[in-house]
Amino acid sequence: MKKTGAQILLESLRLEGADIIFGYPGGAVLDVYDELFNFPIKHILVRHEQAAVHAADGYARATGRPGVCLVTSGPGATNTVTGIATAYMDSIPIVVFSGQVPSALIGNDAFQEADIVGITRPCTKHNYLVKDVADLARIIKEAFYLATTGRPGPVLVDIPKDVLRAATTFHYPDEVKMRSYNPTYKGHPGQIVKAVKLILKSRQPVAYVGGGTILSEAALELTEFSRLLTIPTTTTLMGLGAFPEDDPLSMGMLGMHGTYRANMAVTECDLLIAIGARFDDRVTGNLEKFAPNAKIIHIDIDPTSISKNVKVDVPIVGDVKDVLGNIIKTIVEEDIEAYKKSLQPWNKQIHEWKATYPLAYKKKKNIINPQYVVEKISELAGEDAIISTEVGQNQMWTAQYYKFMKPRTFLTSGGLGTMGYGFPAAMGAQAAFPDRLVIDIAGDGSIQMNIQELATVMQYRLPVKIAILNNHFLGMVRQWQELFYDKKYSYTCMQVQPDYVKLAEAYGAKGFRATKVEEVEAVIKKGFATDGPVIMEFVVAKEEDVYPMVPAGAPISEMLLV
Amino acid sequence: MRHTISVLVENEFGVLSRVSGLFSGRGFNIESLCVAETIDPETSRMTIVTSGNEQIVEQIKKQLHKLINVIKVIDHQEIDSLERELALIKVTAEAETRAEILRIVDIFRARVVDVTQKSYTVEITGDENKVAAIIEMLRPMGIKELVRTGKVAMGRGSKTAK
Ligand SMILES: Cc1ncc(C[n+]2csc(CCOP(=O)(O)OP(=O)(O)O)c2C)c(N)n1
Repeated sequence: MKKTGAQILLESLRLEGADIIFGYPGGAVLDVYDELFNFPIKHILVRHEQAAVHAADGYARATGRPGVCLVTSGPGATNTVTGIATAYMDSIPIVVFSGQVPSALIGNDAFQEADIVGITRPCTKHNYLVKDVADLARIIKEAFYLATTGRPGPVLVDIPKDVLRAATTFHYPDEVKMRSYNPTYKGHPGQIVKAVKLILKSRQPVAYVGGGTILSEAALELTEFSRLLTIPTTTTLMGLGAFPEDDPLSMGMLGMHGTYRANMAVTECDLLIAIGARFDDRVTGNLEKFAPNAKIIHIDIDPTSISKNVKVDVPIVGDVKDVLGNIIKTIVEEDIEAYKKSLQPWNKQIHEWKATYPLAYKKKKNIINPQYVVEKISELAGEDAIISTEVGQNQMWTAQYYKFMKPRTFLTSGGLGTMGYGFPAAMGAQAAFPDRLVIDIAGDGSIQMNIQELATVMQYRLPVKIAILNNHFLGMVRQWQELFYDKKYSYTCMQVQPDYVKLAEAYGAKGFRATKVEEVEAVIKKGFATDGPVIMEFVVAKEEDVYPMVPAGAPISEMLLV
Repeated sequence: MRHTISVLVENEFGVLSRVSGLFSGRGFNIESLCVAETIDPETSRMTIVTSGNEQIVEQIKKQLHKLINVIKVIDHQEIDSLERELALIKVTAEAETRAEILRIVDIFRARVVDVTQKSYTVEITGDENKVAAIIEMLRPMGIKELVRTGKVAMGRGSKTAK
């Protein structure tokens, strides 16, 4: 029996194991929505297409499975661009389906036409315009394959309306044949031997761990590796959760707002083992002075990441899980005890750094410290909670003061730094895990960028908790103005804001507010105990800064401290 | 340092803009780009002349390879290669210069492919130096219009890049 393009799309999604579509209808995708009405895949109707993409992205980060979006042509498609670029920068597997005007009208400036394939070319791993319904099943198969294999990323499939309506016999391919795409998973054995030799020669090694470790599901291997050899371990923002932060070997995050010990250790190390990380400028600061005395081993599945910013001594192209597994297998044959012993002075040095300059903030008496709120949330939420953030100080304080213990419990826009990401991402994660505690730690600026999704979480009973650290400022920008622009707070003060408690109530959610230090714990507990979506507003110190801070362009050893 | 890079691509919609977008988006140089179908109608071959230090050229090659439609990337700096370019040169040809132009054309084994009372159009094929040299020789006569294909390149010997 023949199926229409719309039917083929949904059948293919089902065969890919998609259980939720985040979407928003419109003229070009009416045929798909018509089929979806009785189709056994859940659809979540967001309130803005940007949120659909962030939700699919949050779903993907929390589950490890690709997120799926469906939007209409023109404005529906262009509204997805920020979400797609966000996923692209952080290598998150999502597949976005957009409707397109009928093939015959493409190029005619037709109503609601936008060249979304052209627009998203530089921010997708790959994208497609489907020209013939006979190609649709194969393209969908390829789209999921590309999104989830190698270095993952977003893929967009643009489908003209006539293709959705045309019919053909449906056959979903079992496998993908693409002669031009062939990611390397297995690390080269020779390189692994070289790496092991370098490791055993080192006396001051550091493991520098990025989001690739989480994407590759290699948190266990990493933890085994670091513990086996007692190698001090620091993670990037994207790597948080890959290594348990209560482990004495954990140095927390490195980089612009990294811990003193992590930044010092990287600066003084004689071997840097970069694991699924890409030497981002927010991590390295001044490149010349980044790990200046170190040999570098770099494990990454994407060859373009290697030797892009720094010269590497032992590059290993491959999947982090495979490579770390093989390094462990090779190294257990060696005299590990002697090696561990030789690292003792180094580990001692790191603990001294930690003792001298721990992560700290000046506790205020009568006004709430935002860092304190994060510490309390961390204490009360439990290891299985999923935390998302917005962007700015809220994000950095969460990275610093929340103790991440497990992979895929932290959702944040690292590469693009997208304000408005956290809430819809939390929504997507909650849709995947209805029974887990999901919290968006937000700033008052960011939360207003996708606040409309309160309606969505109410409609689908997604009990996301939002904790707003309300400093009445675009805090991170204000911090830069304070430190580098003579305190000229040009357009960073959010003087007018909604009453967040009433706002929650307007949507039928619950709202609580804490204005005093003593109220913080009670509000968090009440928020967590309340069924359904909750906004917890914490009125915090207005001009609190994130420290340590490495000024832009400085070496990471030159930190401004509290 | 200049590199001539051949890129074998799947002959798909938008593949040229993926490649050129990569260069503009990442700030890589493109001196010339030349593209046409190969013997297999499903693939095209691009020849790109680019420049940059060793690290940049390495990135260019890796980034090209990362594009989903790219099948193969060859750096002609690394192999013994033939490189050719074709140019059409419309040169002013007055009574007193016509003979001189023809002599130059002859020396370079070029051809005159269009003639008017006031101009010759000269076709020349050759490597970069040869094309540059004839342009310099004809410049004093007055070049009215110049068009060049950009380089194409192929490895010498019996090995193929398919
Ligand atoms: C969409 C977007 N626009 C602008 C910025 C630039 N920016 C980075 S942090 C920041 C301030 C965020 O303010 P808020 O959400 O209140 O968080 P805070 O820093 O106060 O915690 C801004 C404007 C951005 N990252 N994203």
